[in-house]
Amino acid sequence: MADGDTQVPKLAYPTATPCIKPGAMEGLQPFLASPEHNKALGFPGELVPDWKERALAKMEELAGKNRAFQVYLDICVKCGACTDKCHYFLGTADPKNMPVARQDLLRSVYRRYFTFAGKYFPWLVGARDLTEDVLMEWYSYYHQCSECRRCSVFCPYGIDTAEITMAARDILDAVGIGMKYSNEIIGKVHTVGNNLGLNPKALRATLEDLEEDIEDDTGVSVRIPIDEKGADILLVTPSADFFAEPHIDGLIGYAKVFHQTGVSWTLSSYASEAANFGLFIGNYENMRLVSQRIRKAALDLGVKRIIFGECGHAWRVAYSFLNTLAGPWDFLDPNYPVPQHILEFTWNEIQQGNLTLDKTRNDHMTVTFHDSCNVARGSRMGDMPGGQFEIPRNVIKAVCNNFVDMEQDTIHESTLCCGGGGGLLTDDLMDLRIKGAAPRMTALQQSTEQHGVTHMAAICAICKTQFSKVMPKYGYDMDSIVSVHQLVSNAIILDGQKTEDDAAE
Amino acid sequence: MAYEVNGQSVACDEEGYITNLSEWSPELAEIIAKNEELEMTDDRWEVVNFLRDYYEEYQIAPAVRVLIKAAKKSMGPDKGNNKYMYELFPYGPAKQACKIAGLPKPTGCV
Repeated sequence: MADGDTQVPKLAYPTATPCIKPGAMEGLQPFLASPEHNKALGFPGELVPDWKERALAKMEELAGKNRAFQVYLDICVKCGACTDKCHYFLGTADPKNMPVARQDLLRSVYRRYFTFAGKYFPWLVGARDLTEDVLMEWYSYYHQCSECRRCSVFCPYGIDTAEITMAARDILDAVGIGMKYSNEIIGKVHTVGNNLGLNPKALRATLEDLEEDIEDDTGVSVRIPIDEKGADILLVTPSADFFAEPHIDGLIGYAKVFHQTGVSWTLSSYASEAANFGLFIGNYENMRLVSQRIRKAALDLGVKRIIFGECGHAWRVAYSFLNTLAGPWDFLDPNYPVPQHILEFTWNEIQQGNLTLDKTRNDHMTVTFHDSCNVARGSRMGDMPGGQFEIPRNVIKAVCNNFVDMEQDTIHESTLCCGGGGGLLTDDLMDLRIKGAAPRMTALQQSTEQHGVTHMAAICAICKTQFSKVMPKYGYDMDSIVSVHQLVSNAIILDGQKTEDDAAE
Repeated sequence: MAYEVNGQSVACDEEGYITNLSEWSPELAEIIAKNEELEMTDDRWEVVNFLRDYYEEYQIAPAVRVLIKAAKKSMGPDKGNNKYMYELFPYGPAKQACKIAGLPKPTGCV
């Protein structure tokens, strides 16, 4: 396996700038998608003979459609503010992982073909020809960017490298160079309805099993309804919540909150996925098709509200783009935000005193919170600025006695990526994932040394899986990463719930 | 890419998951396990057989929690836990055990 020989980086502090190692990550490439996976998404199966013309035409099309993309390519003044802001640069020391250098891989080609100076004096302006080597260099380094957008926070012009990465991946797909992990997954959403390929029969069996678990634990029958017409709330959650640890404990938490507050809710087997990898590959049409499933499910089930579970980029797509992708949502109840985050729902219920919470049930942990990049940057939560930072922390503090934040320049809008976002959560990139996690892991280690932090909570399926895989490399158990609603689930006392005192009698 | 079983070639993908599920055999499982530097003990067979039975019923591998619950029933609480499953399959009971059982790799944010 790929992670056997990874040198786990040792950083002096989370954002310590390394001495550069040119070429350190050169040639790293995730597996290519098979022709079937590419075709299923509307892309050519493999590299087309006229790839150069098609790639440049696609670049021109994107620059025409997306003004931000063109401005980002034109406006950079090479001030250097972004250079040490990328977790992959901090963890790998490869100078091409500096955001400005990553942008320049594409900017240099854009200059050559679409600017006056680049057309006539390419050597003066760092313009270069588009060759097959350049294309594969794009494939490599645009898959060493998790589209986390931390660099954009520090850019005086607000240049967003994620937009350039998405455009590069869209151009690559347009000429037949797709990435296996993302494209296979999007294909499964189009056919089965979720990233896992979990069919309705298997999904129902899994949910019944979880209902049994909750009843065994609490003595209370808590339902996890699916495809129930006429329910008020449609819960759209990442399919990892049906499969992986600690995600499932979060799902149990949502179910307990819904149960205790007495609302009617349902999952949908048709829209059994919150994630939208169309965002990761920068392809609007695939992003739209994935979102449309949620619209169809909401209409078919006749729900009044839509709530999203703990998934980082799903929330960005939902909060920022759902209306243009799948709206209008005029058939939903206008008294509630479209969409609403599960944490907004739970926080409202906590504030209204509708949940009985025993914080001591989380006393075995000292918890910190990892802001997930797609929630922290480019979206919001609730009705006040910064709600995406405050609401999760408020909920954690309501259910845990011991909460400590990590270093200021690694949280809130300056949060560090987990190292596995943006479609990079695949085993063939494990070396990059371990290195890219170094800044966050260093911040966590500091808070463990200084404040005795034992667990880190997150609200993103990718973050949770990534951390459960890489934390052991940094000296933590794999279950040191927890879902926020897992903490809620631990603390909540359901009406009629058997307690340890009952068991002792 | 392929495995060699009794002179027959069984195709697999870049990560070693076989591409045609019907070509699986217990002999192949032993060979895949050897590639993963694992020996097929009785406990590993128990997990692999459970995965195959579950897959036959549901066309997908079970959640780790479901697997552990089943292991708890059949092997007892000492072995039916996350820690022991990772001892059996260090790269994760979902992915590594599926590979040996000749099932597709679970995809997504898992």
